[in-house]
Amino acid sequence: MKIEFKLFEHLGKFLIMIRRMFSRPARWEMYWRELFRQMNDIGVGSAFIVLLVSIFIGAVTAVQTAYQLYGTPFVPSSYIGLIVRNTIIFELAPTFTALILAGKVGSNLASELGSMRVTEQIDALEIMGVNTESYLIATRIIAAVITIPVLVAIAAYSGIMGGYIATSLSSNYSTEDYVRGIRMLFDPFDVQLMFIKSFTFSFIVSSISCYMGYYVKGGSVEIGKASTQAVVYSCIFVLLADYVIASLLL
Amino acid sequence: MIEISNITKSFGEQRVLTDVSTVFEAGKTNLVIGISGSGKTVLMKIMTGLMTPDSGKVHFNGRDFFALSRNDQKNLRREIGMLFQGSALFDSMTVEENVMLPLLMLSNATKKEKLDRVNFCLERVNLAGANKKFPGEISGGMKKRVGIARAIVLNPKYLFCDEPNSGLDPRTSIVIDDLIIEITREFNMTTIINTHDMNSVMEIGEKIIFLYKGVKDWEGDKSQILDVTDENLNSFIFASDFLKDARDALKEKIARSK
Repeated sequence: MKIEFKLFEHLGKFLIMIRRMFSRPARWEMYWRELFRQMNDIGVGSAFIVLLVSIFIGAVTAVQTAYQLYGTPFVPSSYIGLIVRNTIIFELAPTFTALILAGKVGSNLASELGSMRVTEQIDALEIMGVNTESYLIATRIIAAVITIPVLVAIAAYSGIMGGYIATSLSSNYSTEDYVRGIRMLFDPFDVQLMFIKSFTFSFIVSSISCYMGYYVKGGSVEIGKASTQAVVYSCIFVLLADYVIASLLL
Repeated sequence: MIEISNITKSFGEQRVLTDVSTVFEAGKTNLVIGISGSGKTVLMKIMTGLMTPDSGKVHFNGRDFFALSRNDQKNLRREIGMLFQGSALFDSMTVEENVMLPLLMLSNATKKEKLDRVNFCLERVNLAGANKKFPGEISGGMKKRVGIARAIVLNPKYLFCDEPNSGLDPRTSIVIDDLIIEITREFNMTTIINTHDMNSVMEIGEKIIFLYKGVKDWEGDKSQILDVTDENLNSFIFASDFLKDARDALKEKIARSK
C-alpha cells in the first residue's frame, strides 16, 4: 500500500513538473541561450562516445552474424548486411544509444540539478521570479529531444559502417555482398520506427533524470543516489517503452 | 511592511512552527533569532514563498501572498531579494554574470543600463573590480557580498538574509552587518535576517523575534535584551559565563552612568 502511494506521489509530482514547464518565459533570450548550451552539452558532448560505441557494435554484429551464417548453404552472404542493418536500425541504434545516454547524460542532468537544489541555486532563481521548471527542465528536455535523435541517426550510420569495416577486414566475405545486403528489402518505415523510438527514449531519459535531480533533498549522498536512480529508472523505462513500441508498431 | 499571522507548519508528525505572528517594518532590520532547529529557516522560506504553510497568512503591504495566483506570486517575488546561507552563487558564472542574472531574466533595460546597474551594486558592496572573478576564486565574505549585490540588483522592497554571518570571522561579520543596515536605510527596504550571531543581535537588532521550538517566545529590540526575563532567551543569548559576565558588567556600567 505504501509503495503504491509513493508511486502515485512520484507520478503526480512528475506530471506537475511537466505541466509547469509550459509557462511563458519572461525573457526568451535567456531560454534560447540555455537551450543551445544544453544542446551542445548533450549532443556534441556525447557524439564521440556514441560514434565509437556504435562502430564497434556494428562491427561485432557483422562478425557474429557472419559466424552464425558460416557454412549455411541456403543463406546468401549478403544477408549479413541485411541483418546488421535491421538489427541496428530497429534496436541497437535507438536503444543502445538511449542506454548509453542514460548513463552519460542522465546522471549528469540529475547530479547537476541535484547540486543546484542542494546549494539553493534553484531557490535563488525562484526568488528572482524565474519559473525554474521552464528554465532548467524544459530547456534540458527539449535539448535532449532535439539532439538524441540526431545522435541515434549518427549511431545507425556509423553502426552500419562498422559492419562494413569488419566485413572489409574479413577474407571470408566481400564488402560488395555486405552493401547489397544493406540495400536489400529496405522499408522506409524502419527508419521512421527508429526515430519514433529515439524521440520517446530521449524524452524518457531526460525527463526522468531531471525529475530525480530537481526534487533532491539532503546533501551530496542524496545527489549520488539521485544520479544512480536516474540511470536505473531511465534504463528500465527505455526498455519498457522499447517493448511497448515494438508491440504496437510491428 | 510584512505581516505574518498564525503561521503553522509541520513535516509529517513533527511540528516546526506553531501560530507565529508578527509585523516586520519597512526601513528596519528585523532579526529572527533562535537555536538551530527552532524554525527560523522554515519561517523565512514560508515568507518568501519557497514553502507553503499548513495554515496562516503572509501579507506584503496588504497583499496576501498565498491567496495570489501563481503569476502574481511570481511578480511579487520580483520585489524580493534574498541572501542565502551558502550565497547560492552560480559557479559557472563570473561575479558580474551572477549579479547580472536577475536583470537578464527580468529586466527590459539596455545592455549598458544593466551593466551600469551591476557595477553600481558591486561598488555598493565594495567589490568594484571583482567583475570577472569566479565564485571559486573569492573568499566567503566576498561571496556573501556578491550575494547581497545580486539580491539588491532589482531594487527590491524586501530583503531576506538567511544567516548572513555563518562561516565568517567576526570582523567580516561586522562588515556584512554594516552593509545590510546601510542598504536597508538607503533603499528603505523591509529587511529580515535570520541569525544566531550575538554581535549582530546587539548591533543591528532594531526588531528581534526569538523563536523557541517553533513558537514565538519573545519580541522586542536590542535595548531590551539586557533586561530580558525570558529564561529560554537568556540561556540562548547569554549561553556562556563570559557573556553572562559581559552582560552584568554592561548593566553595571549603564547603572553607574545613570
